[in-house]
Amino acid sequence: MSQTKVKKMLFILSKATLENVYAAFVMANGARMEGIESEIFFTFFGLEAIQKKKLEHLHVATVGNPAMHMPTMLGGLPGVEAFASNMMKKEMEKLDMPPVGEFLEILSDSGCKLWACKLAVDMFHLEKEDLIDELDGILTIGDFYSRADQEGTQLLFI
Amino acid sequence: MDKTLAHATISVDPEGYLTDFSQWNKEIGTEIAKEQGIEMTDKHWAIIDYIQQKFKEEEPLSIRGIKKSGVIDIKAFYDLFPGGPLKKATMIAGVPKPKSCI
Repeated sequence: MSQTKVKKMLFILSKATLENVYAAFVMANGARMEGIESEIFFTFFGLEAIQKKKLEHLHVATVGNPAMHMPTMLGGLPGVEAFASNMMKKEMEKLDMPPVGEFLEILSDSGCKLWACKLAVDMFHLEKEDLIDELDGILTIGDFYSRADQEGTQLLFI
Repeated sequence: MDKTLAHATISVDPEGYLTDFSQWNKEIGTEIAKEQGIEMTDKHWAIIDYIQQKFKEEEPLSIRGIKKSGVIDIKAFYDLFPGGPLKKATMIAGVPKPKSCI
């Protein structure tokens, strides 16, 4: 396999649905495993993934998600989202996918930088104490752009 | 393809992973590590032992498995094998490159 030209991956995670959070985490971790730098900027609903009280209670989207193969009205019934989320978590556990909290620890230990978006933190009236201990800081989007400081940097919005 | 390392001929795939684990010995592991810019220490060998044991038990390797192994924590793992720890450690251990995305 030829040597990749990607040197650094910057992810912006704006959603809190399990499928999006895991997509960001798997890609960020995968980058580190390949010797590529990676950082995640959590903004808007993506902030739920780094709130101590919320991170273990994320759900998959059962409404407005055609790939669930379930009528939209059914997806909106009480308990359906929780049920689908539990099913998905069980399947991921079988693949040795860590739960959100443990995944964040792995990312942080692997050298992946974790940032919270200042605007979104202010908007949701969050304090530093509400966020995970592994957080590297609270940044503006301008600060985050300045993290793209080398050739071969890619920025991805999720 | 064949490659000569530590006075022995070994078969490797295009990325440099041994294709026959029975050809592996510690000298070969040391030489592969050198090619990767890594000077082996007891700490490195402890991981290599763990990886080879998992390979023999046919258990898949993952970064989470390393965390749970009790052999090393993830930070130290990245420090010991900079620039893709599991990729490099498996190459030194003479086992196939892990197929997992995690």
